[in-house]
Parts: sequence; C-alpha cells; structure tokens
Amino acid sequence: MSFLVLEDVHVYYGGVHALKGISLTVEEGEIVTLIGANGAGKTTTLRAICAQARVRQGRITYRGRDITHLPTHEVVSLGIGHVPEGRRIFSRLTVKENLEIGAFSVRDRSLVKRRQEQVFESFPRLKERLHQKAGTLSGGEQQMLAIGRALMSEPALLLLDEPSMGLAPVVVEQIFDILKELNERGTTLLLVEQNAFQALSLARRGYVIQNGEILMTDHAHTLLENEDVKAAYLA
Amino acid sequence: MIPQLLHSLPQVLVDGVTLGAVYATVALGYTMVYGILELINFAHGEIFMSGAFIGTAILIGLNSAGWLGHLPKLLVLLLTLAVAMGLTGLLGMGIERVAYRPLRNAPRLIPLISAIGVSFVLQDVVRFIAEWRTGNYIVTGVTLYGAELNLGSLTVKTNTLIVLGAAVLMMAGLDLFVRRTRWGTAMRAVAQDKDTAALMSINVNRVIALTFFMGSALGGATGVLFAQQYGTIDPYIGFILGLKAFTAAVLGGIGNIRGAMFGGFVLGILEMFASAELGPLTGGVLGAEYKDVFAFLILIAVLLFKPEGLFGQAVKEKV
Ligand SMILES: Nc1ncnc2c1ncn2[C@@H]1O[C@H](COP(=O)(O)OP(=O)(O)O)[C@@H](O)[C@H]1O
Ligand SMILES: [Mg+2]
Repeated sequence: MSFLVLEDVHVYYGGVHALKGISLTVEEGEIVTLIGANGAGKTTTLRAICAQARVRQGRITYRGRDITHLPTHEVVSLGIGHVPEGRRIFSRLTVKENLEIGAFSVRDRSLVKRRQEQVFESFPRLKERLHQKAGTLSGGEQQMLAIGRALMSEPALLLLDEPSMGLAPVVVEQIFDILKELNERGTTLLLVEQNAFQALSLARRGYVIQNGEILMTDHAHTLLENEDVKAAYLA
Repeated sequence: MIPQLLHSLPQVLVDGVTLGAVYATVALGYTMVYGILELINFAHGEIFMSGAFIGTAILIGLNSAGWLGHLPKLLVLLLTLAVAMGLTGLLGMGIERVAYRPLRNAPRLIPLISAIGVSFVLQDVVRFIAEWRTGNYIVTGVTLYGAELNLGSLTVKTNTLIVLGAAVLMMAGLDLFVRRTRWGTAMRAVAQDKDTAALMSINVNRVIALTFFMGSALGGATGVLFAQQYGTIDPYIGFILGLKAFTAAVLGGIGNIRGAMFGGFVLGILEMFASAELGPLTGGVLGAEYKDVFAFLILIAVLLFKPEGLFGQAVKEKV
C-alpha cells in the first residue's frame, strides 16, 4: 500500500482547469519531487492534498484512508505537515508562538518543549530569535521557521512548496541538508521545486508537471539525465 | 470659568471612566470579530441590549420570588452575570452560525446587511417579550448596589465601583487569554491567516465560534452592568451605545484589543466632559445634548485622518 496516492485529481479555479487529472504516488520513507514551470499546478497539487483547493474529481488516499473530502485541519492532524509557498509564517506572532502553534494539536506542554528543542538542533538560529516577532526575521530564517513550525507536529509526511524560493544559494544548501537529514530520520518528503537540479539531486523519484498534467515520471537521476528535462528545467 | 471647570473635573472623570469602561468592554466584541473576520458585527449592540434584559429579567424574577433579600448581593450579581454571559455568548455564536457563516465568501456588504437584519430581529423579539411580560417595553429593573458615597463635591454610586471592577477584570482576563493561552494564540493566528492556521490543525470555524462567544459574553455582561448603573433600559439602547463602542474600537485601531480598551475610556471621558462643560464653555449655546455629536465627530475625524486608528498597523499585513 502506498503512503500517499493521488488518482486522477481535477481542480478548477472558477473556469480555469488547473489540475487535469493528476496521478502520483509517494512511498513511505521516500523523497519525491514535483517539478515544473511557474503556473504548472505544483502549488495546487499540494493544496489539493490538504483540502485547500477543492477536488472536483478524483481521489486522494493517505495510508490507505480516503482524505479527499476531509477538512484541512483533519487532514493535517493525520500526520501531514505542509510548508506553504511563500512561507506564510505568522508575522505578528513571536518565533516561539509560531512554533507552539505548529504543535497546536499537542496538549502536553513538556512534549511541545521537547520538540522545540529538536527544532533548535536543526535550526539554532531560531533559538536566538525566540522572542522576536516572526515578521522581523530574514527570508532564510523565515523559511527555517516555516519548516520548524511544520515539524512541531512531527509529521510522517512533509509537503514542501518551493522552500528555496528567494533564498541565497548558501541558505538553500543549508535547508536541503536539513531536509536530507529529516528524511534519514524517517520523514517522507514531497518536495515541490522550480529549482529542479537541486530537487532532483536530493530526491529518489520525480514527477514533471506541465499545464496541470503529469508529463513524465522516473527515478530522479534518470530525469537529471533526460534531454527534455535538461532543456526545459535545468537550463 | 476655569475654577468651575476644575471643581467639576473629579466628577467628570469618575463618570467618564465608568461610561468608558462600558464602551471599552463592548468595543472588545467589535474589535475581536473584526480582527478575525473583517466583519463589522452590527448586531453586537443588540447583544449588549439582550444582556441587559436577561440580567434584568433574572433579578426581577428573583425579586418577585422573594429570594433577593435572602441571598448575598455579590452572589446574586455573579450568578446573574454568569447566566447572562452564557446566554449572550450562545446568542452571538448562533448569530455567526446562521447569519454570517453562510455568507463568509460573499462580498463584504452582504454580511453587513445580514447583521442589520439580525439587529432588527433582536430589538423586536426583546420588545415583544418585554411588553408581554411587563406591559411596557421600557423596563426599570432591580438595583443591587444603589447606595451613594458622597465625597465632598463628588458623588459615587457603589455600583460604579462594581462596574469598574468587573470591567477591569474582564479586560485583563481577555488580554491574558489572548496572549497566553493555546486557544488565544490560535485566535491571533486565525486573525492573521486562516488558511495557514488550518494547516496547523486548527479548526478555524471553532476558533471563530469561540471569538463570537467571548466577545458576545463580554457585551452581555456589560449590558447587565449598564442596567445596574443606569436603572432603566429599553430594546433600543444597543443602537447608539453600539455605535459609540464601535467608534471606540475604530479609535483604538479596529482589530486591536488593547486599542479598543483605550479608545473606550478616551471616548467615555470626552463624552462626559462635553456633557458637563459644553454648556458653560459655550455660554449656553451648545448644551449637554450635543455630547453625542462629539463621539461621531471623533469617528469621522479618525476615519478621515487616521483610519488605522491610534494603535492599528499603518498597512494591514496580508501575506
Ligand atoms: N487562486 C487562484 N485563482 C485562480 N487561478 C489560480 C489560483 N491559483 C492558481 N491559479 C492558476 O492555476 C494554475 C496553477 O497554479 P499553481 O498551482 O500556483 O502553479 P505553480 O505552483 O506550479 O506555479 C495557474 O494557471 C494559476 O494561474
Ligand atoms: Mg507555486
């Protein structure tokens, strides 16, 4: 049984047919990447999984359970973390409050504290900024906070929407190292990127999405060698 | 003129702060709901009014059952407040559920019209019940703390202290709740970004319902205190008072909780000042009845020159 399965998923924004039958699978423990040009439907795919875009046709199952029509807060409480496009940290809350809200479903305060310490191990910078308003962080720190916040619920599956967007290469490097570590410790990752080279270097398998349809899928290293992919996304 | 002004100043301040406490606690309801839904809950004044009637009904009931003399006053007051808060809280939640939630994605004007409709319904329902039970829609209730303290030129009702004490406790409690608790943090997160809050496994609808419950309960409790302080109530007291509390919320920066409290006190003091000194200061040209004009001049001035209010964010953050 696959971990996450999308079968023929269709999403519309008004009259715009944004996803035209997306099918993909993610196995437990994998890193899978979804690459494609701007406007291809990557964000919409992740939003469909978390019930933030309405699925008009098709089916999404997570660990064998149909989650297509569950509300967002129930989907994520099954163990799915989502680092949204543009980070979407709560800028008016402090760093600490952002992390705490990431663990909203956890009632045990000491457990929240322990997870916070774990997040600091990956992102020591956040500890230094703990009582600062999140809106005052740099772009890289905000991305770390967005990832740290998602980790506070200890998700089994983490969805990441362009975590490298707008960040300096060194910071991107840092973040990808942490994603690798996370995966080694057991978290399954579905990574959306325009930064195709980096994403395919990290992932085991990849999907290429174009105009709301899956164009091709293969092992990541095969896609890295593919001439069409090279021409379109690795130029 | 100046000596006379100074002479009456203590009284003006005491009365102004008391009225300000009423505006402030009602303003909280407007500001909390606006903060989370960007909706002006026009029916909030009527929730305040319903609280005043519920409290008055409980006290009249206890009185005619002959229990009022036998129970400690403070216990009666606390019970009345608790029941009124519970009922008005549920009323607010119910209004959100039937009149606002189905319109969540409609253009902004639509829920506002729905709110005005709810206001009329509440006024008429309360009027109907009041006339049916008492024969008149203007009702004079039972005052628990009617004694007056005379301190030189200053007259203070004991009830004034009750109003102030209760208002301060409610405001401090709300402030602590919003800043320190898990659900309070969730409220602030939902106010900033609902979609992302949902990704944190927060049930956004539940947070919105809680916001309505709390804001309405505060408004309802203030209604009880208002009836105690000013004696006579009618189904239309929520209209002007609601507008003024809304003014206070705008003055403090709508959506900003501490701002609403501050705005309430500023407005209360200014209004009492105008009501006491307008006549003397203008040689009788403008009388105390112009005090309301002042409140709304402030509203217009704030909207024109500082629409974000005294403490609002200059630019609303929208990620
Ligand atoms: N809220 C929206 N309303 C209307 N159209 C949208 C909305 N969001 C995305 N789209 C459209 O859906 C398509 C897919 O968008 P998106 O999933 O954001 O792509 P990507 O993340 O790959 O850049 C694009 O054509 C985009 O213009
Ligand atoms: Mg995108």
